[in-house]
Amino acid sequence: MVNITIDKEKHDVEAGITVMQACEHVGIEIPRFCYHERLSIAGNCRMCLVDIERSPKPVASCAMPVAEGMVINTNTPDVHKMRKGVMEFLLINHPLDCPICDQGGECDLQDQAMGFGWDRSRYHENKRAVKDKDFGPLIKTTMTRCIHCTRCVRFATEIAGVPELGATGRGENTEIGTYIEKAISSELSGNMIDLCPVGALTNAPYAFHARSWELKKTESIDVMDALGSNIRVDARGPEVMRILPRLNDEVNEEWISDKTRFACDGLRRQRLDRPYVRKNGKLKEASWDSAFTTIAHFAQELKGDQIGAIAGDLADCESMTALKDLMTAMGTNNIDCRQDGAKLDSGIRASYLFNSTTPGIDRASAMLLIGANTRFDVPVLNARIRKRWTRGSCEIGYIGQQADLTYPVTHLGDGPAALKTLLNGRGPFAKVMRTAERPMIIIGSDAITRPDGAAVLALARQVAVKYEVVTSDWNGFNVLQRAASRVGGLDLGFVPGRGGLDVAGILSGAVDGSIKMVYLLGADEVDTTKFGNAFIIYQGHHGDAGAQRADVILPGAAYTEKNATYVNIDGRVQLTRLAVYPPGDAREDWTIIRALSEFTKHTLPYDNLRQLRARMVQLNSNFLNVDQAVPALWQDFGTEGHIKDTPFESKINNYYMTDPISRASETMAHCTEVFLRGEDRKTPANG
Amino acid sequence: MRESGKEFSFNEDTEAMVQSTIAKYPKGWEASAVMPLLDLAQRQNHGWLSKEAIDYVSQRLNMPPIRVYEVATFYTMYNLEPIGKHHVEVCTNLPCWLRGSDDIVAACEKALNITMGETTEDKTFTLSHAECLGACVNAPMMQIDDEYYEDLDTASTISIIDALKAGKTPKNGSQSARFSCEPATGLTSLKHQEALLKSEGNGGSL
Repeated sequence: MVNITIDKEKHDVEAGITVMQACEHVGIEIPRFCYHERLSIAGNCRMCLVDIERSPKPVASCAMPVAEGMVINTNTPDVHKMRKGVMEFLLINHPLDCPICDQGGECDLQDQAMGFGWDRSRYHENKRAVKDKDFGPLIKTTMTRCIHCTRCVRFATEIAGVPELGATGRGENTEIGTYIEKAISSELSGNMIDLCPVGALTNAPYAFHARSWELKKTESIDVMDALGSNIRVDARGPEVMRILPRLNDEVNEEWISDKTRFACDGLRRQRLDRPYVRKNGKLKEASWDSAFTTIAHFAQELKGDQIGAIAGDLADCESMTALKDLMTAMGTNNIDCRQDGAKLDSGIRASYLFNSTTPGIDRASAMLLIGANTRFDVPVLNARIRKRWTRGSCEIGYIGQQADLTYPVTHLGDGPAALKTLLNGRGPFAKVMRTAERPMIIIGSDAITRPDGAAVLALARQVAVKYEVVTSDWNGFNVLQRAASRVGGLDLGFVPGRGGLDVAGILSGAVDGSIKMVYLLGADEVDTTKFGNAFIIYQGHHGDAGAQRADVILPGAAYTEKNATYVNIDGRVQLTRLAVYPPGDAREDWTIIRALSEFTKHTLPYDNLRQLRARMVQLNSNFLNVDQAVPALWQDFGTEGHIKDTPFESKINNYYMTDPISRASETMAHCTEVFLRGEDRKTPANG
Repeated sequence: MRESGKEFSFNEDTEAMVQSTIAKYPKGWEASAVMPLLDLAQRQNHGWLSKEAIDYVSQRLNMPPIRVYEVATFYTMYNLEPIGKHHVEVCTNLPCWLRGSDDIVAACEKALNITMGETTEDKTFTLSHAECLGACVNAPMMQIDDEYYEDLDTASTISIIDALKAGKTPKNGSQSARFSCEPATGLTSLKHQEALLKSEGNGGSL
């Protein structure tokens, strides 16, 4: 601790922190543009100047470490004059286009100009003009507004791991850009929009659609990947206008992936807004009553085991609970939430969780990625792994198809053979794992969705035991889920009961006629051409693959339209909140199943969310622990068996389109064209 | 930045210098050699850096290309466009300007029949401004390739350029009678004291 004086008050602060941090600790805000706590210190905007006694010149507080006996003044006439001066310099070349700037109303420069600026300009010279850059379909640039804080450059280099941005030229000719025309090839690029303190980088799809002050802000949870990033949904009227990250160090720090941020325009397209019933081979609009009656009529002829239910990747825990209870009441055990065919055991929580939790990555001392292309599975988590790697002394091994993960990895092989080599203590990575204090294993969906997935999981567990990945105070065995609903579904036991069929069983049963009715709860990623003549009920929010095959469509709510529970990879129970109402006749998902249960004469015993959540707690007490990741007990799991030595194939071939919402999104379609097909991004639509 | 359309790699002579330059920096810090390597690349590539040359340097030093573009665009000594065989850079900063750099610029323009920033048709000369080159005591001055030419006037400027045109090597340094940067009006300091001491005839201490 060091003793310092800030504005005539004495304070004890931690040694090694900067003057700006010290001021922040004692509650004094220092204006800044270039400084950001998650990026390296640049010290080039000069806005944070303070006066330190016995220092001949003003000091940039963001880059100055505190020292014993320092006397800091942040509120003297001199300091005010400095700030005014710096502000005036920054505004020399900044255009006065706030009325037509999308950043207006949430702009650091605008706010600080109000606080520290002059009310008029003393300059008559022309302002500098800079050619706009092409950063791809997600980021709109107005480089004339850039004040060269280099936050975007540092973000791309340090956090996203794609060193493509830089400051070229010198003095008045300095420009931020890629220098050679290219779109930013990162799945986290949207965060630069948040980081930009001015309106130089703005949200391209959202451009000129709304002003920040006319939006209703709702704090919620993302479902585009399994991390459950904390988000803020900004809506105007019935439309979700944009999605922004919320701060949560336990989950997403303050980043979100591009799919999370930009797929929200998919919420407005291809929506199911009324029930449909198939008549004479064609889907016809119907009332809720007739849809439910049709289902009840068909179901009453069936025996329990002729019915199956599959929950999709975006299903919330409430609707899965209701559907599970309904299916049980109808006498079937054929339910499954693992539409990707993952061989995971819902009985043992440690076998499907990211046990070390996301913040645990920061403590790992070596990592082994097995069939986990973290960059596309969960980009924000990948950034956290990268952060761990940049801090040094953490080697990362990778088993799977060659991939650029934005940090160097030791590629150990393509398939399970490499894992066996490691189990035998051979190969270059064995020593790393043996000597690491807290080794970590991350096994991805690509490894456990194979037919021999259970055996691969067992093999990975053996490796974990051999290298002491699990100790009394560290559990480094992690399963990386890809779907937002998966952990919740497994927690609820939405898996085949005794003698029940899994997804593959339901599909083959539908083909051979032993399964006559299948209830798809937002399940679009199963092969819908393989349902034979079965009667298909599709409940969901988008007219995607499942709805096209359906005999009855029940329109549900998307994640922004309901108060629902999701469990993230760490086993953290998180709640989404209703930001806008579902369109048309669509309803919150669990209420649909509750209503249907009356028609099928199996009325479910809950009438409101509170009673339903009490039922969820009955199924798994973990649902009591909202916003907490409760560690799971380490047990035996996986089934040893024959493992085919084929490579772990990545099932994500297009990161930008993985679920019904992103498949309906125009922005994501545009990204697909630019980043996957490399097509010219200058379409007539966006000039 | 321009593409030359030709692949670039260091030739044998440059390669030796590249090796010794990189060897000056600790292992893992090879990127420190970026500026000397760009200079070597520019010398080999007829005085300018093509995109291919910059990309080659970035590969050699295992740096992201943008990091090298940043360096190459920051310093005016790296030429990002093709230039003539001789690069005539006239200092036009304050001390040189006070001592008549405008005349020198005019003389160059006349002798080469081009204006500032241009290259002669035969691609022999490129004329450009230079910021202070630190030879103010011998102002006005200009730099041609690696040599300084100082204490210029219209006549000496034209004669230097004519000599280069004729393929000769003109005398570098001060073009006036003085040696290096000795006082223009002859030696004064100490000499003056010597005379003073003599005239007083004491030969003793000051």
